[in-house]
Amino acid sequence: MKKQILIIGAGTAGTMMANKLYHEVNADEWHITIVDRDNTHYYQPGFLFIPFGIYKPEEVIRPRTEFIPKGVHFMIEEVDKIEGEKNQVVFKSGETMAYDVLIIATGVEIAPAETPGLKDKLWHKDIFDFYTYEGAVALANKLHDWPGGTMVVNLAETQIKCPVAPLEFSFLADAYFTEKGMRDKVTIQYVTPLSGAFTKPKATEMLNQLMEEKRIEVIPDFYLSHVDNDKKTIVSYDGKEVPFDLLISIPVNKGDAVIEHSQLGDEDGLNFVQTDKFSLQSKKFENVFVIGDTTNLPASKAGSVAHFEAEILTENILSYIQHKPLTATFDGHANCFIETGFGKAALIDFNYTTEPLPGKFPLAYVGPMDLLKPTLTNHMGKLAFRWVYWHMLLTGKKLPVPTHMSMSGKINETKKETTLV
Amino acid sequence: METIVMNLPVNAEGYLLDPNTWTREWAQEIAQGYGITLTDKHWAVIEWLRKKQSEGVALTIRKVGTSGITDIKEFYQLFPGGPLKVSSKIAGIPKPVSCI
Repeated sequence: MKKQILIIGAGTAGTMMANKLYHEVNADEWHITIVDRDNTHYYQPGFLFIPFGIYKPEEVIRPRTEFIPKGVHFMIEEVDKIEGEKNQVVFKSGETMAYDVLIIATGVEIAPAETPGLKDKLWHKDIFDFYTYEGAVALANKLHDWPGGTMVVNLAETQIKCPVAPLEFSFLADAYFTEKGMRDKVTIQYVTPLSGAFTKPKATEMLNQLMEEKRIEVIPDFYLSHVDNDKKTIVSYDGKEVPFDLLISIPVNKGDAVIEHSQLGDEDGLNFVQTDKFSLQSKKFENVFVIGDTTNLPASKAGSVAHFEAEILTENILSYIQHKPLTATFDGHANCFIETGFGKAALIDFNYTTEPLPGKFPLAYVGPMDLLKPTLTNHMGKLAFRWVYWHMLLTGKKLPVPTHMSMSGKINETKKETTLV
Repeated sequence: METIVMNLPVNAEGYLLDPNTWTREWAQEIAQGYGITLTDKHWAVIEWLRKKQSEGVALTIRKVGTSGITDIKEFYQLFPGGPLKVSSKIAGIPKPVSCI
């Protein structure tokens, strides 16, 4: 009988793993199954563009099956819990499925119900999210004939999917209202629990003036306690209040309930799976591996991170099934575009230990992309990425970007010179 | 840019460069600068932060609030202003940051 690799979650990370492993493992020995609760794959980076009419809603949806290899078994089922001691998962239906190797790729979702008053009578009327398809589409309709006022962009937590998206949203909102000729009727406030919109030294130095240029007021150190629907204010734990006409909320992000049911998460109750930050193996079970947004790694929750993790995890799973030590190590590498509006974008490239630095990417001196600097080329890169995502990334094709972060092209802040290798 | 505070090097924002050089006396001096007199509760939070940081945990206000030592409301009372920022500085660990 064949052995079973079971992948829970057919989003970005799970789909990449299904493709990579399918081409690497011996099909006579191994059977690969991937399970998800539905057959809709969202291009999540596209949600950001929907409120401003840059992408049409239908441009971000495809069936999951389109990206899953024919030889991989795709199941539509809802997993209730993982029973690690028994090497099996239990479905909502009560049926079970045994595995030899399990990959958890269940992602994270917004959890507005975690904050009192957030998902209340103003939800999707004057309070919107843009991290869900429904939220982004509802917000597009709202912005279409919104007369202006105070737009508050608020991050309820620091550990969120795509941490730069709220900044990008603010920049795109500035451009959107400017192009509509109504920027003077709109106040944009960026309210964050962190010490500022940018917190790393080089990013602060290079990008902080963007907030001023775009007239986005930053309110730092604001940790959301609750939303007052009657007064239309957000209230912090230390009693500060910020009034809004339109609240763009980035709610608390939580991992899937299956993590809670399986007791695999951190103590903070956010259902992020306890994961070895180098090998991507679960800290509880040696035949369970974790990838993408659902890990508790001190890395960004972003598609590029999942992509780099997929390269490492494929290597480690192949080692594991051949009873070899897990030698591939993930370095926390992330590579993200930051839309800054008016056809420009910045690019950041960093890992666990190296902050985003200025310079050229991917080639020293040549680029063609600039790090930590808004340029037209970077924006073209961001738009081209949608094609890359559907046609190359999900199906596990090699991308021309190194898995481990490279210092090549970056300007070393202490030596003040460009690193070539 | 580095400066020296009470014989220990700190970065431009006053965060201790090397958590291993931290002492309780240093912490007391930094706390005083914020008008905070450290009680047993403060120390329990500081020790917890140092332990978690050494384990490589990305610290958040929520994590402190679910540590069993204090809740978020009390955390704000213990370290007014930005509680995680202030307590991290006193605990001699790096500033809580985002990816950028």
